[in-house]
Amino acid sequence: MSTTQSMSGQSEMDPILKVEHLSMKFGGLVAINDLNLEVKRGDITAIIGPNGAGKTTVFNCITGFYKPTGGMLTLARKNGEKYLLERLPDYLITHKARVARTFQNIRLFPGLTPLENLLVAQHNALMKSSGYTILGLLGLPGYKRASAAATEKARFWLEKINLIDRADDPAGDLPYGAQRRLEIARAMCTDPELLCLDEPAAGLNPRESAQLNKLLLDIRDETGTSVLLIEHDMAVVMEISDHVVVLEYGTKISDGQPEVVRNDPKVIAAYLGVEDEEIAELIEEVDTPSVADPTDLAVAHLTKEAVAEIAQEQPPAQAGGPKAKPARKKPAAKPTSSQPAGKSSRTSARAKKKPSEGSK
Amino acid sequence: MAELSKPRLDSVFPSAIREGIIAGMIAFGLFVLIIGFRTDQNISNEPILTQRWGLLFIMVAIAAVGRFLFKAFISPWLTARIRARESAKVVEAPEPSFFRRNFSRLAIVFLLVYPVFIVSMVGMQGSLKWVDNFGIQILIYVMLAWGLNIVVGLAGLLDLGYVAFYAVGAYSYALLSTYFGLSFWLLLPLAGIFAATWGVILGFPVLRLRGDYLAIVTLAFGEIIRLVLVNWTAVTKGTFGVSGIAKATLFGIPFTSGKDGFAAIFGLPLSSAYYKIFLYYLILFLALLTAWVTIRLRRMPVGRAWEALREDEIACRSLGINTTTTKLTAFATGAMFGGFAGSFFAARQGFVSPESFVFLESAVILAIVVLGGMGSLIGIAVAAVVMIGGTEILREMQFLKLIFGPSFTPELYRMLIFGLAMVTVMVWKPRGFVGNREPSAFLHKRKLISGAFTKEGHG
Repeated sequence: MSTTQSMSGQSEMDPILKVEHLSMKFGGLVAINDLNLEVKRGDITAIIGPNGAGKTTVFNCITGFYKPTGGMLTLARKNGEKYLLERLPDYLITHKARVARTFQNIRLFPGLTPLENLLVAQHNALMKSSGYTILGLLGLPGYKRASAAATEKARFWLEKINLIDRADDPAGDLPYGAQRRLEIARAMCTDPELLCLDEPAAGLNPRESAQLNKLLLDIRDETGTSVLLIEHDMAVVMEISDHVVVLEYGTKISDGQPEVVRNDPKVIAAYLGVEDEEIAELIEEVDTPSVADPTDLAVAHLTKEAVAEIAQEQPPAQAGGPKAKPARKKPAAKPTSSQPAGKSSRTSARAKKKPSEGSK
Repeated sequence: MAELSKPRLDSVFPSAIREGIIAGMIAFGLFVLIIGFRTDQNISNEPILTQRWGLLFIMVAIAAVGRFLFKAFISPWLTARIRARESAKVVEAPEPSFFRRNFSRLAIVFLLVYPVFIVSMVGMQGSLKWVDNFGIQILIYVMLAWGLNIVVGLAGLLDLGYVAFYAVGAYSYALLSTYFGLSFWLLLPLAGIFAATWGVILGFPVLRLRGDYLAIVTLAFGEIIRLVLVNWTAVTKGTFGVSGIAKATLFGIPFTSGKDGFAAIFGLPLSSAYYKIFLYYLILFLALLTAWVTIRLRRMPVGRAWEALREDEIACRSLGINTTTTKLTAFATGAMFGGFAGSFFAARQGFVSPESFVFLESAVILAIVVLGGMGSLIGIAVAAVVMIGGTEILREMQFLKLIFGPSFTPELYRMLIFGLAMVTVMVWKPRGFVGNREPSAFLHKRKLISGAFTKEGHG
């Protein structure tokens, strides 16, 4: 963690992307409401939040697939050029402003090979060196050299994502995890300065998601590319991100370093630690069970531990809870807690635990 | 293997005979009233019942024997074939034969020597039909289909109005040569440029359209061009067409009977076959140019962008590819080759009229592309030979008159056969003759990509 802190400390003064007062409405539905956030250069920034919080909409606004209803998105490139992303068409955002993205549902070119996928990504560079096709058609050596360099770059990334052996198979034939890695490599072949990843770890097994972590850290450290990612997998988010932004209902509810965000009562209430808090409440209100049932005793012991842990970190602020998370889970917990101790309290604790696990 | 299959065949026979008898009985039951009896009215409106036992017997026999043959021979053969194919899958695919590996080279060599071969076989005068009706006609369609392949096969934009560009090319040559007396060699590239311009003009309004909608607009565009040609009588002479178009020359040497004609200069006996053979080599050159450019373009960024566009347009934009210009270049390039073919067509015919540019032509060209396998040059060439050569060969089948009577004209059945052939091929090979895609680049080994992975594009 200390290395990441120093990283973020370094780049404090230099945000690559500044989102100011961004709002996006679809008819009467407000998907994003007055959102402000900064992505620092050289950081891995994660955007998290419950389903429907507007994360992907933010991405689509940044990458030009949606035109925001209001607000300003400023991207500063390394060479000092500044771009207002909301004014650029989507392909220029990649071409000029150097923002690359991946998609939540993988969008590879399934009928092309991984190699071709990576070559397509270098379209603009190759287009220039082929003299906009005309010189390349005549077979001038300049294009041949550029083409060889492009293949070399593709080979580098294929080795990096461990797909070099399957470089000539159709991309649609690759396993899911490999397709995700290939999509990231393809985005990287556009030479981005900001890489936007929409749920890169979705559908990956633990081993693959560990590989993904390594790949993303490598991308940050070796190429200096800033990474903005949407992710539900907290293992990924907490491990690799330097900065976390939490969205809920289109607004930012928390922003900061991962451990700060993890302990933010609003976030806990909204997203991360609902069940811990509820267990704590449960225990507070219910006396220690005096029943002889050994399972009940065990549960009581475990919950005691949970309370102790929470107390150690930071007691859940009662003020934050109800405000951020309206009436969805609280009332459901209260009646059960008022019941006498024993089986019912145990089952309710279990029942609470399940959905929140699923949300992770 | 033979020992294994023998008892199976024996055991199949009794059941096949039983099936045949049942089929015969069903056929008898069905046909006895429909075919066995025929009711007519005589002159005084009295019903007459004719009994046709012979015909009924033939029909029942066809059903019974057909069922028997199917059960006894065809279905065991089919299952054996499927089984053989399944076991063959485990075995590594054998090295393709010499013929298969060098098919394109052999085909080009054959096309180069074809006129020589024909002339030596049937003589100068006899070669006219084979060089013109078969050679040139097929090659024109090969070229058109290869041109359309860029739009439909590579970029995945369904274009139903491709014949419009063919018309633009033909009329560019016809009008500019009759009004301004410009030569074929100057007008050939000009016709291509004009057609490409029209390709861009068509491209702009349809950029936002996809799939069916794109097809409808391109169809309408084709009709607009044709109707303009019909109705702009002051320039195009309407349905009468433009006639007396100048012929192409061999570097300034005209193919005429005069003193400085081709035959006189080379000291050859006068024959119209020279011009046809010249035209044959010209269209062969143009078609091969189309193929060469297509092959080159596929390895260039723009060609890859076309194929990527066919696969996923949104992903293309996320990679910084300007899909607008990519689509327009596809339209323009495809249209350009259509224009070349059009100006060649005008020079060959010496006469153009809107009749030649009806929707059916677009449909035929598109059918060739789809039948051949979208994106595959060899498949498309084979499809053009089958479709165009097949319909031409019907004209030659005059012996059919002996069977079906003197009033039978086989070429009238060409659309019927055309449709049947298409349905058959599409059932048998849904991705066309060559359904595999050849990757444009490879690291270790060039592997064909099965048609199951490639997309047809959504417009």
